[in-house]
Amino acid sequence: MAKEIRSPLPGTFYRRPAPDQPPFVEDGGSVAAGQVIGLVEVMKTFHEVKAEEAGSNLRFRVENEEPVMAGAVLAEMD
Amino acid sequence: MELSGRRLLVANRGEIALRIGRAARALGMEVIQAHSAADADMLAVREADRAVEIGPPQAAKSYLNIPAIIDAALRTGAEAVHPGYGFLSENADFAEAVEAAGLIFVGPRPETIRRMGDKAAARAAAVAAGVPVAPGSDGRVRDAEAAVRIARDIGFPLMIKAAAGGGGRGIRVAEDAQALPALIAEAQREARAAFGDDGLYLERMIRDARHVEVQILGDGSRAVHLWERECSLQRRRQKLWEEAPAACLDPDTRQALCDSAVRLARSVGYRGAGTLEYLFEPASGQFFFMEMNTRIQVEHPVTEAVTGIDLVEWQLRIAFGQPLTLEQGAIRLDGHAIEVRVNAEDPARGFMPFPGVVEELALPPDVRFDSMLYPGYAIPPFYDSLLGKLIVHGADRAEALERLRAALAATRIGGVKTTLPLFAALAEDPDVAAGNVHTRWLESWLERNPIRS
Repeated sequence: MAKEIRSPLPGTFYRRPAPDQPPFVEDGGSVAAGQVIGLVEVMKTFHEVKAEEAGSNLRFRVENEEPVMAGAVLAEMD
Repeated sequence: MELSGRRLLVANRGEIALRIGRAARALGMEVIQAHSAADADMLAVREADRAVEIGPPQAAKSYLNIPAIIDAALRTGAEAVHPGYGFLSENADFAEAVEAAGLIFVGPRPETIRRMGDKAAARAAAVAAGVPVAPGSDGRVRDAEAAVRIARDIGFPLMIKAAAGGGGRGIRVAEDAQALPALIAEAQREARAAFGDDGLYLERMIRDARHVEVQILGDGSRAVHLWERECSLQRRRQKLWEEAPAACLDPDTRQALCDSAVRLARSVGYRGAGTLEYLFEPASGQFFFMEMNTRIQVEHPVTEAVTGIDLVEWQLRIAFGQPLTLEQGAIRLDGHAIEVRVNAEDPARGFMPFPGVVEELALPPDVRFDSMLYPGYAIPPFYDSLLGKLIVHGADRAEALERLRAALAATRIGGVKTTLPLFAALAEDPDVAAGNVHTRWLESWLERNPIRS
C-alpha cells in the first residue's frame, strides 16, 4: 500500500522554498525520513511539511500553490 | 455631492470590510462586497446589499487581482472602490486602474501613493516640509576624521553601521565624539573581516524609541490632524496594542508633532485619510518622521474614540468630492482610548496561527468590538490572523486601563486560541500601567513572562 504524506495544517501548499527555486522534491523522487517536501502557508506564516518515513516514487496529489485542508493528502509514495 | 444611493465596492475582507460597509450604509450608500471563494460566508458578505466573487482563496488571485476587482466593480455598477488596509490599499497602479476605469478610488491620488510609498521620496518630502527625520550620514563616511565632522551634525548617541552589513553585525554605538575614533577603527576592522568591505555609515540612534503616529485628513486643498496615537507595544514589528493620545508626550511636543504632520500633508496636497509614523525619543524629547501610510489604519478606532469623528465616513465624503469641513480648533481630545488586536494566534505556543471554528462568543456590553466573528464562523487560513479589535475609552488612561481589564474579563471566544490572554497579562503589568515601554519592550517582556494556555 502507498504511503501518504498529509498536511498538518490548513492553508496554501507550496512545493518550492521560493518561486524562483527548484521544488523541494521532484515528481517521482525519493525522500528520507524527516525530509522537507513542501511548505504550508497559514495566516501569512510558513510551516514545513516533512515526510515521516522514507519513501520512493513520490507522487504529488496537490498542485503547487493550491489551498489544502488539515489532513489533506499532499503526496503518496512507495 | 450626495452619497445616498451611490454604489460602493468594498475590495477587502474581515473586520475592515464590515467597518467600511457599515459606514457606507449609514450614509445611505449601496454596498457591494467583493470576496474570494473562501470568504463567501464572511459577515461583510452577509451584511452587504450584494456580494461578488473575485477569485479563488489565495489573495494573489483574488484580493490582489486588479483586473478581477475592476471587472467586479464595472459589472455591478459600482461608482467607487474602497481598498481598506493591506492588500491593494497602497498600490498606486491599482488606484490608477480604478480611475482609468472611470471609478472613484477612496484614497489619495495615485501620484501621492507612489511618492509617499517610496522611502527616499517620502523622506525628501518631509525634509522639504520642515518635518524632522532621523539624521544620518547619507552614504559612506570616508574615515574617522570625516566621521567626527558628520557626527557633530547627526548628534549622539549614534550608530556606526557596516555598509555591507546586515543582521546587526558590525554595529557600534558611540555615546559621544570622544569615543568615536576608536569605535570607527574597530567597526572598520570587523566589517573588513566579515564582509571584505570596510565602508561605514552613521545613523542617529533613537534610544528607547516609542512609536507615535499622527492621523490626518485632507481634501486635496485643506488638511487637519486628529491628534496622535501610540503603538509601542509590538512583536516582530506587528502592533498589538494601540492608544490615543500618546501618554509619553507633553502638550508642547504633542502640538509640534501634530503641526509637523499637517505641514507635510498640506505640502503634498493630501486627499483622504493618512497616517504619519514617527519615532519619539523620551530622553531628548525629539521626534523623527519614519514613513507615511496612505490609507485607513487598523488602529483608527482609538482616534475615533477620543475625537468623536468617524474616519471612514470622512474617507467616503472626501472621495465623492465633499469639502473637508472639520475645523482644526474644533477637533478636541476627549479622554483616553486603548485598542487591542485579537488575533487567531496562540501566545502560549510562539504565537502559532490558529485557524478554526468559532464556537462560543461572549462580548462585553457597551464596548466597541470591531470584529468579523460570529458563532459558527470558520476562520479561513489564507489571510492574516486579525479577528477583531477591542476598543475601550475612559476619562483618562487609568480609567481606560480599568475598562480594558473589565472588558477582557467579559470576553470569551471559544473554539480558537487568541491573543486575549496576552492582553489580560499586559493590562495587569506595572510597566504598562506606568507607560514604561518602548518598541522593543514587548519582545523582552514575553521572554520573562511566558503566557500559559
